[in-house]
Amino acid sequence: MNWYAIAAIYKFEMARTFRTLAQSVASPVLSTILYFVVFGSAIGSRIDDIEGVQYGAFIVPGLIMLTLLTQSVSNASFGIYFPKFIGTIYELLSAPISFIDIVVGFVGAAATKAVMIALIILATSTFFVDLQIAHPVWMFAFLFLTAITFSLFGFIIGIWAKNFEQLQLIPLLVITPLVFLGGSFYSISMLPPAWQTVSLFNPVLYLVSGFRWSFFEVADVSVGISLAMVCVFLALCLTAIWWIFKTGYRIKN
Amino acid sequence: MTAIVSVKNLTKIYEGGFTALNDVSLDIEQGEILALLGPNGAGKTTLISAICGLVSPTSGTITVGGHDIISEFRAARSLIGLVPQEITIEPFETVINTTKLSRGLFGMKRDDAHIEETLRALSLWDKRKSRNVELSGGMKRRVLIAKALSHEPRVLFLDEPTAGVDVELRRDMWNLVRRLRDDGVTIILTTHYIEEAEEIADRVGVINKGEILLVEDKTSLMSKLGKKQLTIDLQQPVEAIPQSLSSYPLTLGPEGKSLIYGYDTSAERTGITKLLNDLAAAGMTMSDMSTSQSSLEDIFVDLVKEDAP
Repeated sequence: MNWYAIAAIYKFEMARTFRTLAQSVASPVLSTILYFVVFGSAIGSRIDDIEGVQYGAFIVPGLIMLTLLTQSVSNASFGIYFPKFIGTIYELLSAPISFIDIVVGFVGAAATKAVMIALIILATSTFFVDLQIAHPVWMFAFLFLTAITFSLFGFIIGIWAKNFEQLQLIPLLVITPLVFLGGSFYSISMLPPAWQTVSLFNPVLYLVSGFRWSFFEVADVSVGISLAMVCVFLALCLTAIWWIFKTGYRIKN
Repeated sequence: MTAIVSVKNLTKIYEGGFTALNDVSLDIEQGEILALLGPNGAGKTTLISAICGLVSPTSGTITVGGHDIISEFRAARSLIGLVPQEITIEPFETVINTTKLSRGLFGMKRDDAHIEETLRALSLWDKRKSRNVELSGGMKRRVLIAKALSHEPRVLFLDEPTAGVDVELRRDMWNLVRRLRDDGVTIILTTHYIEEAEEIADRVGVINKGEILLVEDKTSLMSKLGKKQLTIDLQQPVEAIPQSLSSYPLTLGPEGKSLIYGYDTSAERTGITKLLNDLAAAGMTMSDMSTSQSSLEDIFVDLVKEDAP
């Protein structure tokens, strides 16, 4: 490992975050506040408690996951796509660093930024609802694992994308629907049985469910399965990264 | 002299089937300035890219400082600095941070003094807090050089460093290249400009269609350049060179209308005066005369032309 290089990439990427602070942090926070106003207060006040949890509080883990996933994917995909797009990737490829160093630097920075925003949203949400975290250690574990996994996923998208359109495609067409249908704003027990079965194929369901359990000890699926699914997805992403590394897919002639 | 970069039987065939490099072998000696000349698409950039790790060779081996660029890529690459042909630079970051990133990427400890020295040497210090996007084209190119120098390379590749650069900056770059060479840095530059190669290179390599046609000391190339031709146009065409002039290395021009005399300008006597006297004695009348000198450009054009199918 070339630690100076990893640190250099990490710092450079974090500098981008702080350079675009308003865009990076303010906009997800603002949109979360809007979700709270609409779903939590306006609509939520007419919805009953779910498994003993007030609806406004119930959606907090879902909202955090929604932002965490989209932020992880977009940070990491943009982070690696941009050097490809403007051509500065030549330096990464000619530097005495391995692909692993590059991945650690970019994914580390993308995940850090996503977790930072997630925590800001968590802090913001305490202004709207009364929140208790039953298992803070597990909450952080889910937070970090999800951020890392989806940053890896974003990194893969960034490598794969040939243009800005493709870069937006997966987050828009895949991530967003999966998150909305993954029980961010409801418990799947509220769905008809057939749709409950369909939901079980949605990987995001396991993330949201596990994460929500760490707050309220209320879950759609058992926390063990949630954790296992996160790890499976992490393993899949690592395999894809390894394959890209072996073949030089879309980065090297 | 030991070879710091050694390329052996390097072939690169791109995915589409285009052969960019065909069995290229080249030794670059420590501390020299090697200029690679060649027309567009000759394979100059592919050669550099292969050495720097941007392009995977189809076959052949490359070592830098004795380290194989694939199996010992960390050791090999940490010796190399690359200034690419295209201006590719993070637009929104500042000059100084972009330069620091490069140093870190090459695994070197933070050294603000070295960064300052590099930026000052390239007249970028005053601009260090400017964002790259705000710089002029020439300034951006300096930033690319600063990035490459930030990690103290032993081998520096400059891919067309003076393309589209004004005269002043070109002079600055030449001076910089000489200073680096004095510090023991090996420099490989590609160029379209023959005069650039003539000005600063120790050796000149000519590459075309993926093959190296020639690598020669500039001085021995220059001695070829020292050859001049004197063309004497005759009033009356002749069928053969008169017997009395047989001691001169003369050739007959087209239709016997002229005589061509090759001579060496660096020789003590060119023999021109004597030749002209003997011509008059042989009863030949001149209508005109001219001299021409083959330049590196002629040699280059000839080489590239010969190579054409």
